[in-house]
Amino acid sequence: MTIDDLIGPVQASSHLGDYFEEPIDGWFGEFGGQFVPELLIEPLKRIEKVARECFSDPTFASELETELHTWAGRPTALTHAERLGKRWGADVWLKREDLTHTGAHKINNVAGQIKIAQRIGARHIIAETGAGQHGVATAAACARAGLPCTVYMGEVDVERQQPNVHRMKLFGADVVAVSSGDRTLRSAINETLRHWASDPVNTYYLLGSAVGPHPYPWIVRTIQSVIGRETKSQLAERSVAADVVVACVGGGSNAIGMFHQFVPDKNIRLVGVEAGGLGLDTDQHAVTIGTGRPGVLHGSLSMLLQTDAGQIRETHSISAGLDYPGVGPEHSMLSQTGRASYMSVTDAEALSALKECCELEGILPALESAHALAGAREIAREQPGQTIVVCLSGRGDKDLSTLMSGGTDRE
Amino acid sequence: MNNGAEAIERSLKSPVSGKVAVAAYLTAGFPTKEGFLTAARQIAPSVDVLEVGVPFSDPMADGPTIQRTSEIGLKNGVDLRWILESVGELDLNVPVVLMSYLNPLLSFGLRRLLDIAADKGISGFIIPDIPLEESEAISRACDKAGLALIQLVTPTTPTDRMTSLCRASKGFVYAVATTGITGGESASDEPLFEYLEAVKKVSDVPVLAGFGIRSAAQVDRVGAHADGVIVGSALLEAIEQGVAPDQFISGLTGRNA
Repeated sequence: MTIDDLIGPVQASSHLGDYFEEPIDGWFGEFGGQFVPELLIEPLKRIEKVARECFSDPTFASELETELHTWAGRPTALTHAERLGKRWGADVWLKREDLTHTGAHKINNVAGQIKIAQRIGARHIIAETGAGQHGVATAAACARAGLPCTVYMGEVDVERQQPNVHRMKLFGADVVAVSSGDRTLRSAINETLRHWASDPVNTYYLLGSAVGPHPYPWIVRTIQSVIGRETKSQLAERSVAADVVVACVGGGSNAIGMFHQFVPDKNIRLVGVEAGGLGLDTDQHAVTIGTGRPGVLHGSLSMLLQTDAGQIRETHSISAGLDYPGVGPEHSMLSQTGRASYMSVTDAEALSALKECCELEGILPALESAHALAGAREIAREQPGQTIVVCLSGRGDKDLSTLMSGGTDRE
Repeated sequence: MNNGAEAIERSLKSPVSGKVAVAAYLTAGFPTKEGFLTAARQIAPSVDVLEVGVPFSDPMADGPTIQRTSEIGLKNGVDLRWILESVGELDLNVPVVLMSYLNPLLSFGLRRLLDIAADKGISGFIIPDIPLEESEAISRACDKAGLALIQLVTPTTPTDRMTSLCRASKGFVYAVATTGITGGESASDEPLFEYLEAVKKVSDVPVLAGFGIRSAAQVDRVGAHADGVIVGSALLEAIEQGVAPDQFISGLTGRNA
């Protein structure tokens, strides 16, 4: 089922070549669009216009590069995980987004979007956060820019990611615990959109993943693609030829940032790993591409976990950052065209991969990133001897309480 | 053949109150399935359009009241199929418009939905998360089925866009009276009146002001600059407090208050 069947032709094109640089009228093939209340149309148009100016302005590019280098700590290392590789029967490389300032790839997007917000003349930044990494990055950037910041976070996530809540507050952000809906990332996005609709002129919504209405998926991917660019040149420097590139997918910003540069390299497999939660035989998971169907949530048409009646389903994942019923429209397109494939691993598999990475490499990955590791382990098992690059999207310090309580979390 | 747009316009042009037209919003399934149907029956003679809200799990344009009533509606097992069946059976003597987020409609299948809705005597649709740019195909399909697709304009909508929205809107134009979400405070008077007059100037169909309409005094003031008002959150809150919905509406319009 596509929106074509439902409402007739939309401005859609599935030509891979066309999509590569930019979505067409806000569409990635049959996915994307701008399904928001009329109040938000003008602000979105303004953001798109300013983002276009920024992305074609060499000054913006050089300022962003300097900021990423001198503040966020880029370029991040590409680590040869030799012991992990030996255990798995593969040549394993880790792109170390965990080494960035504030501890995850989220800082890249924030460093770029805060400049767009400043150029628009925003007086107040609002953001949603799931695991808290995007919230922390946004709070940090706002402190540095001298802009007030409000972060919406589901009550469930506030509970399980306490250290990040404290960090946001230290950076001066106002953290609002969202008690409506399912009290996780999805409700936090709803609440941020409501706040934005109430003051669309002075407020800039700094969205943290490659989801939401156009132009966000495009903006976030464009900025995050620094991950794949660096990885590609680091592989070349060390004369490594990757067979597979693996990343975890919730909304999908680290994955799309990693994949984007590799899309034209058809000999390299791109694999996204979704959160299998308690397993696909239960309804306690967040396997959107694997088990969902197209629908509209948070402003875009993409794969979606929903009931037969079109209500959004509650999800479960041990990792707050992957606990989301939607996914970025570009991933839905990459899946549909077959350019990328998507698999899932369970909470338990992610935890065991996390432990292996700690014991063999001395690296504590975030629970989100541990899903990518578990996916890579599975890929290595299926076909030994491959060269696998894993996007280690963030560090696991924030997950210590979950890990110390034996890997169980909510409820 | 059912012509929803005409039925709505006709009804709005001879308001029950004799002064200002009133569209009332009820969330389907709130406070219970039966309670909702009773409220719809009670309220129908005192309003000019009845909006039936299709509950959605993620109502991003709605404030706390409609979030709460939607959650209750869903808990009570309401879905589109039930709404179409039972509202059809009510056979109310007032045009009924379904207000729904896009996803439940997509899930039902739009073509099937429009056919059934027309058959059940529904007059039109308000879909807050489908902007003009994405609405062309739905709009055409609605026209064909004799259903009105009602567009929303806001205080921050630029003039040229406002003109396009008003031209595309059938039955009436939904003028959002504030920036924000349903149930909030409406904008202060002068800019609001100017904005409503501007919408009326470019619209060929009646202009109804909604979002934040709560009191009789407000209905009077806003009604002087619009063809009518839309009341939702305040009505639902009254029902929560045990006030009879028709009495609440009479209180708003000053009729046998």
